[in-house]
Amino acid sequence: MRKIREFIIEKTLLSSALITVAVTVGIILVLAVEAFSFFREVSIFDFFTDTEWTPLFTKKHYGILPLLTGTLLTTFIAISVALPIGLSISIYLSEYAPRSFRKTIKPLLELLAAVPTVVYGFFALVVVTPFLQQFIPSLSGFNSLSAGIVMGIMIIPFVSSLSEDALFAVPKALREASYGMGATRLQTAFKVVVPAASSGIIVSIILAISRAIGETMIVAIAAGQQPRLTLDPTVPVETITAYIVQVSLGDVQHGSLEYKTIFAAGITLFALTFLLNTLSFQIRKKFRQKYD
Amino acid sequence: MTNVQKNRLKDQLFKFWGIACTLIGLVLLVIFIGGILIDGLSRIDWAFITDLPSRKAEKSGIWTPLMGSVWILVLTAIISFPISVAAGVYLEEYAKKNRLSALLEINISNLAGVPSIIYGLLGLEVFVRIMNLGASVLAGALTLSLLILPIIIVATREAIKAVPGSIRDASYALGASKWQTIWNQVLPASSGGILTGVILALSRAVGEAAPLIIVGALAYVPFAPQGPLDQFSVLPIQIFNWISRPQQGFIDNAAAAIIILLLITFIMNGIAVYFRNKWQKKLQ
Repeated sequence: MRKIREFIIEKTLLSSALITVAVTVGIILVLAVEAFSFFREVSIFDFFTDTEWTPLFTKKHYGILPLLTGTLLTTFIAISVALPIGLSISIYLSEYAPRSFRKTIKPLLELLAAVPTVVYGFFALVVVTPFLQQFIPSLSGFNSLSAGIVMGIMIIPFVSSLSEDALFAVPKALREASYGMGATRLQTAFKVVVPAASSGIIVSIILAISRAIGETMIVAIAAGQQPRLTLDPTVPVETITAYIVQVSLGDVQHGSLEYKTIFAAGITLFALTFLLNTLSFQIRKKFRQKYD
Repeated sequence: MTNVQKNRLKDQLFKFWGIACTLIGLVLLVIFIGGILIDGLSRIDWAFITDLPSRKAEKSGIWTPLMGSVWILVLTAIISFPISVAAGVYLEEYAKKNRLSALLEINISNLAGVPSIIYGLLGLEVFVRIMNLGASVLAGALTLSLLILPIIIVATREAIKAVPGSIRDASYALGASKWQTIWNQVLPASSGGILTGVILALSRAVGEAAPLIIVGALAYVPFAPQGPLDQFSVLPIQIFNWISRPQQGFIDNAAAAIIILLLITFIMNGIAVYFRNKWQKKLQ
């Protein structure tokens, strides 16, 4: 009797765990089915080479490139903000800061990631853009620059927290050997500790990039809704995520080609982040083996 | 200057740079929130909380999106809590080191990195269309439950891992079965950590707008939801809607609604930290 009960409980728990697999399968199936029926009407070649994205206009073009460059541009700006700051924070906290300071500041930094993204969107549109317009008069009301900068602030804790864990895990002996040779903390940090923790740092950067690519509300609010193939950070652009939001807010018929475009855009986004996440998982696995 | 002096100077300079970097994000956040308080605080009164939405900025309140957020919060908690804790217990206590558990592991770490908007597309197709729930609170809550599943699972596993092996051994020595040990010893001992994870995950769900927009939550709903199959809006979507309007009155409304949303988020985070500290002390 007890054995049967234990068996039933174990299988119930297992099926809960299997729900997570069902979610992944569900995501891939939903995206693939809708995207497949999209690509029956639009050629894959056009999708990747056409330089215009205008599915909601009368003259329709289905080139993902403008959305892709919009996404990569905002991501690039965000990482250029978050990487130097996040990395400096992690080095400072792990190599310089007193233990007590480290303990108080870490939860505060995590707060940056806890603020809802719609709030960051508000900052970007209402505070940062008018502020930057004082220095760059040609800056449009919607632009990738302020969206990217604010997104960078949001992902600082993603870079700093994971990098710091990696730096902190570097064995003390390596540092002591370096100090013994007369190196300063700075020299030790950059020539010994950072190289030793490099894989963990790379993982944190990849995850931050993946997070920035998938970020939605900041870019939907502050970067604009005009898909265009440009690397100019001062003009309105549209990201993949912002396009999906734009279509969802409108009145689009289920089963229409417009409806399917959000799944075609979605599968592109999913593929990008999936590649980055898998890459980081592989690096992390290798990294763990190195230290065990 | 000798080489040694130069290197020491550089060392000192980096120290100040590091402090500046650590504080800059927080300082900016304080400036931002300060600005929002100035814009929005004068707008908040009892009527702002209890009024229905309106076309006029001064008459608009947040009652319907606030109730929508409460509905979403409660339903998401009810749906996600049992599933994710069960999955966490399975992975930590039962799973053997085989290909299935390796697959589950990779899968969960991947799910945690899937953008929230993709969950919206999944919810739109599966809950709204196939299960025919429409753009209801239930469809939204199911979507957000899937979104926070990996977060709670990871937190549950961490919490269970922190329970000392001696507690388990003692329970087995008294003749308890595996499940009796988990139910009576391991889960109570790890409850603080699990609770922390659940609250943090829910605070993330309260702030989410993108997946709910995809699922079809509306910017304008005349009444607060009465049941799980009613239409709804949530605070972040209301804020998004107000931000997109040109009139200053709506921008002030958005700032005021942001204050309420931040208050909810920070209180939830505070509660989570409180539980974590209490639990960590108890474990030691």
